[in-house]
Amino acid sequence: MEALTVHDLTAAYALDALDADEAREYEEHLAHCARCQQELAELGGAAAALAYVVESPAPPATLRDRILDSARAERANVVPLHPQRMTATKVVLAAAACLAIGFGVWAASLSRQLESTRDARDRANRVAEILSDPAARRVALQGAPGSLVIDTSGQAALVVQRLERAPSGRTYEAWVIQDGMPRRAGTFEGGGDMSVLELERSVPKGAKVAVTVEKDGGVDSPQGQAVLSTPPI
Amino acid sequence: MARDLAHLSDEALVALVARSDEVALAELYDRYGRVAYGLALRMLRDEALAEDAVQEGFLTIWRSAPRFVPERAKASTWILTLVHRRSVDIVRREERRRADSLELAPEPTTVGADDDAWLRFERERVQAALKQLPDPQREALELAYYGGFTQTELAEKLGQPVGTIKSRMFTGLTRLRELLGDTEESWKPSPSTT
Repeated sequence: MEALTVHDLTAAYALDALDADEAREYEEHLAHCARCQQELAELGGAAAALAYVVESPAPPATLRDRILDSARAERANVVPLHPQRMTATKVVLAAAACLAIGFGVWAASLSRQLESTRDARDRANRVAEILSDPAARRVALQGAPGSLVIDTSGQAALVVQRLERAPSGRTYEAWVIQDGMPRRAGTFEGGGDMSVLELERSVPKGAKVAVTVEKDGGVDSPQGQAVLSTPPI
Repeated sequence: MARDLAHLSDEALVALVARSDEVALAELYDRYGRVAYGLALRMLRDEALAEDAVQEGFLTIWRSAPRFVPERAKASTWILTLVHRRSVDIVRREERRRADSLELAPEPTTVGADDDAWLRFERERVQAALKQLPDPQREALELAYYGGFTQTELAEKLGQPVGTIKSRMFTGLTRLRELLGDTEESWKPSPSTT
C-alpha cells in the first residue's frame, strides 16, 4: 500500500476520528502547512454536512432557555462586585493565591494589577472564587513554579511565580488540551512576581493545560515553544 | 426590544455574538439548534447527554465567538463542528459507542408535518450524495462521524489496516465534498425565512 503522510490525516481530523496523540501530531503539522489548512477548510464543510443526514427531532423547548440563561449568567459574572465585597474578596484572593503557589509573599504588584481596571477587578473576583474554593484541586506546574487550581465545576486559574515578561510582540497563551486537541484558554503577558490567569474554558478530567509563547493577540492553535504544562488533570 | 435578525448571515450573527449579543445567539440556536440536537442524539442515544452536548457546544460558541475566523470555515461548519467535538468527547468519556447499532437509531417522534422544509431538503441532498459513495467509504465516514470511533478503533472493528481506513475516510470525504460542492454557494438559504 502506498504510504500515507500526515497530510492524509486531514479527513480523519475533520471527522474528529483521531486519538489524542494523532490529533496533536496533526495540529503541529497543520500550524505551518498551508495545503492542510486549505484542505481542512474544505473537508470540514463536508464533514459538518453529515450532521444533516440525521433526522432531527425538535429539541425540548427548555434547552433553548437553558442555553440563553447560561450565556446570560456567564455575562452577569463579569458585573463588578460591590466595592466593600471587593475588599473582602481581595483578602481571600491574596490568601488563596499564596496557598495556591505554596509561598508566603503576597505580591503587591499583582494586587495593583488586579485592581487597575474594572475588567481586571472582575477577573480578580472570578479567580478569587476559584482559588478560595476549599474543594478546588491544586496541581503543580511542570516547567515553571506555580499551580493550576481547578474548582469542582472545572473552572480553573493558573498561578505562575516569577514568569519573565513575554518578549516584545509575543504573548503567553494558555491551552486546554483534551484528547490531543489544544483549545485556546486565554493570553497573558507575564512579568512581576506572580502571573494569574483565569482560564477562558473549563478543564475537563483527563485534560492537560499548557502555556506557549505566541505572537501578540494569540493564535488559534499552538505554534510556539511550550514554557510550562500540567500532567493530565 | 426584540430585534429580528433573520436577514443577517450566520457570519454576521457570530460577529454579534462576539459582542455578547444574546439575541444573535438565540437566532443562531434557532437556525442550528435542531440539527445540532439531532446529531448529538444520534451519537449519544440519550436525550439528557444530547442536551448537554448542545448546551456546551453553544456556550463554547458564546465564549469563543471573538476568535472565529471566517476565512477558515463557514459559521455553520464551525457551529456544528463544536457540537460534534463535544459529542465525541462525551461518547468517548461515556464509552457509549453504540454505533454498532446505527440502524437502531430511535425513531424521531415528530418528523413530518412540522419538520423544517429546509432541513428536509438538506438531509435529502446529503443522503443522496452519501449514497453515491462506495459502501466501504460510506461506512468509514458514518462510523467515524456518528460513532465517535478513532481511525485505530475503526481499523480494529472492521478488520482492516489503519492505512486502509485512513484512505477510505480521505477518499470518501473528498468525494462527498465534490458531490455537495456543486451547489455549495446556493444551498443555504436562511432557514428562518423558509
